[in-house]
Amino acid sequence: MKSVKRYMAVMASALSLLILSSNGALAATELTMYYPVAVGGPLTKVVDGLVADFEKANPDIKVNAIYAGNYNDARIKALAALKSGDPAQLSVMFSIDIYELIEQDAIVAFDDIVETDDDRAWLKSFYPALMENGVTQGKVWGIPFQRSTIVMYYNKDAFREAGLDPDSPPATWDELVSMGQKLVKKDASGNVDRWGLMIPSTGYPYWMFGALTMQNDQVLMNGDGNETYYDAPSTVEALQFWRDLGDKHGVMPANTIEWGTLRQNFLEGKTAMMWHSTGNLTIVKKNATFDFGVAMLPAKKRRGTPTGGGNFYIFKKSTPEERAASMKLIRFLTAPDRTAEWSISTGYIGTRPDAYETDKLKSYVMEFPPAAVARDQLEFATAELSTYQTGRVRKLLDDAIQATLTGAKSPEEALGSAQDQADRLLKRYR
Amino acid sequence: MPSSTIRNQAYGWLLLTPAAIFLIAFTHYPAIATLGQSFFSESTVIRPAEFVGLENYQIMLTDEVFWKVVRNNIWYAIGTIPASVALAMIMAIWVNGKLAGRGLVRMAYFTPTILPMIAVANIWLFFYTPDIGLIDQFLSMFGFSGRNWLGNPETVLSCIIVMTIWKEAGFFMIFYLAALQSISPELEEAARIEGAGRWYYFRRVTFPLIMPTTLFVLINAVINSFKLVDHLFILTKGGPDNASSLLLYYIYEVAFSFFDEAYAATLTVVLLVTLAIIAIGQFLLMDKRVHYR
Repeated sequence: MKSVKRYMAVMASALSLLILSSNGALAATELTMYYPVAVGGPLTKVVDGLVADFEKANPDIKVNAIYAGNYNDARIKALAALKSGDPAQLSVMFSIDIYELIEQDAIVAFDDIVETDDDRAWLKSFYPALMENGVTQGKVWGIPFQRSTIVMYYNKDAFREAGLDPDSPPATWDELVSMGQKLVKKDASGNVDRWGLMIPSTGYPYWMFGALTMQNDQVLMNGDGNETYYDAPSTVEALQFWRDLGDKHGVMPANTIEWGTLRQNFLEGKTAMMWHSTGNLTIVKKNATFDFGVAMLPAKKRRGTPTGGGNFYIFKKSTPEERAASMKLIRFLTAPDRTAEWSISTGYIGTRPDAYETDKLKSYVMEFPPAAVARDQLEFATAELSTYQTGRVRKLLDDAIQATLTGAKSPEEALGSAQDQADRLLKRYR
Repeated sequence: MPSSTIRNQAYGWLLLTPAAIFLIAFTHYPAIATLGQSFFSESTVIRPAEFVGLENYQIMLTDEVFWKVVRNNIWYAIGTIPASVALAMIMAIWVNGKLAGRGLVRMAYFTPTILPMIAVANIWLFFYTPDIGLIDQFLSMFGFSGRNWLGNPETVLSCIIVMTIWKEAGFFMIFYLAALQSISPELEEAARIEGAGRWYYFRRVTFPLIMPTTLFVLINAVINSFKLVDHLFILTKGGPDNASSLLLYYIYEVAFSFFDEAYAATLTVVLLVTLAIIAIGQFLLMDKRVHYR
C-alpha cells in the first residue's frame, strides 16, 4: 500500500512538471520532424546539433526532431501520426516514398509553397541527379538531404599483395572479374581466406541491382513511376553477371551476402572490395586498420549508380505558418555550410555544388580525396527504383534477385515473373 | 429477484468494467474490425475502400508468397516447439537437483530469456556471418569455412530455429522448475523405498504431475512460434527469396511496407483462426491427460 502511495506521489509530481515545462517552452511555431538513420554512427547527435543551431537562430520556432528508426519505420511513424491527427509538419523520409506519399495525399509540392524568386532559385541549387527521385508530375516534392550513392571501397594493401596497382581500381566489368580473381586468397586446404568482391544482396538488393543495370545502360522504371523494365534483355544480362560473379568467376561468395555485416567483413580483410553506400565512408575511415581507397563503380556500357537516401517532405496537414517555418528549417539545414558539415560528419554527399566550394569541405576533400568520389560519380547517377505500389513492386525485384543468386531460378525466369506481377500492379496507374 | 442480489450483480459488473473496457478496446474490437476490413479493398486517400466480399481471400489462395510463409511457419513450429519444450524440461530437472553452483547454472540458462529479441538477433547475426562469424571461425579450426548460413535458402530457416530454441528454452525452464519444486519430496522417498528407478519415477510420477505445466508451456510455444518475428527484422528480413519469412512477418510487410491494410487484415484473420483452432484443439485433446490438483 505504501509503495502505491509513493507511486502516486511520483506520478503527480511528474505530471505537474510536465505541465510546467510545456507552459514554459511555449513558442510561436512548433514543428515536429521525423528523421531516419540507416547507416552506422552517431548521426542523431549531428542532427540534434544542427537543430539546436537552428533554434538559436530562430527563437520563435521550436523543433522536435524525432529519431524514427530506419527508413521504413520513419515512413510508418509519419503516416501513423498523420492518421492519428497529431501529424508532423515535415519529415526526412526515403526519397523513394514519394509515390506512396502522393497517393496517400500526405505531402505538398515545394512548387506550391515557394513564394519568393530566391526560394525558386533555391529549388534549382541541388545536383540534378539527386532531384530525380523528388520530382514527378512536373513538380518538386522532395528536397535532398541525407543522400548517398553506391561506391566501391577497396583494400589497397590487398591490391599491393596481389601485385595490382592500388591506384587503379577496376573500371570495367572485365577488370572487376580479372582483378577480383587475383585478389581471392585461399589457404592451403583451398578454403577462401579473402574474397575479391562482395556486393550485398539482403536489405536493399534492388539498390545494388540498380547500379548493375545502369552500368549496362538500362534503367529499371520510367519517370512516371508506372512502368518497370525488369525483363528487358539488358536487365537480365546484369542479373546474370551478378550471379556469375559468385557462381562462375569465383570472385564473390555464392548465395546472398548480408548487408548488415558486410562492412565488418571488409574491415576484417575478408573481402578486398565491397560495394556499399557512401553513408559508410566516415565510419570505415575511422575503423580501417589498412590503407583503403574509394572508387566509382565500374562500367559495362557506361558507369552508373542509383542515388539513395532521404529527402525532406512537407506534409499537407499543416498551417501556412508551419509551412513557412518548415521551409525556413529546410533551407537552414541545406545551406552550403551546414551541408558541408553534414557531409563531413556522415559521408553523405554534399547535395549541392556550392557546398563543395565552402572552405570546410574544400579542405576536407583535399586531405581526404575519397570524399569527392561520390560527388564525381553523380554525373553518371540515376534515380533509385521507385514506383506506385513501390513496396510491392520493389519486393518483387528483391525476391527475383535473391532467387537468382541462390540458384533457385534463372535470371530470365525470375525477372520475367517479377515483371508480369509488376505489370498487374501498375496497370491501374497508367 | 431480491434487491441485494441485483446490487451484488451490479457490484460485480462494476468491478469488471475497467478490465472489460481495455479488453474490448484493445483485443475484441480490433479483432472484429480486422475481420470486417478483410472484406474491403485496399484504401488510399485517392481511392477509398469498397466492399469486395471474399476477393482478398481468393487473392490469398493464389499468392505464392503466402503459401511459402505458411509452409515455413509449419516447419518453424515443428522445429522449435518439441525441441525447446524437451530441452526446458531436461534443464529444469538438471538444475532442480543438488548440484554445486546451482544458482549460477539457473541464471545462465535463464539469461537468453532476459535479453531482448533484437539484441539476441544482433548477436546471432555475427555468429552466423560467413568467415568472420563465431560459428565459421570455430569450424575453420577443423578445416571448414565460408558457410553462408543465412544467405542460403537451405540453411537459413534452420539457423533461425536454432536461435529461437536457445532463446525460448530458458523461459519454459522456469515454469518447469516451479512445477518440480511443488512436487512433494515424500513421493520420491516413497518411490525409492518401493524400488522405483529414476527413469521409472520420472515417467510415472514426475511427468504426469507436471502435465498441467506442459500444457501451458505447449500452448505458449505454439503461440510464440507464430508470434515471434522480431529477429527476422535483423537477421534476414525474411530472405533470401522469402526462405525465412514467417506469417506474421509477411503480415507486417503487407501492412507497413505495401500499405495494403485490407490484405494484411485478411492474412491476420487467417492467423487468428489458425491459432484459435490450435489452442482449442490442444485443450480438448490434452485435457483428458492432464491431472489438475
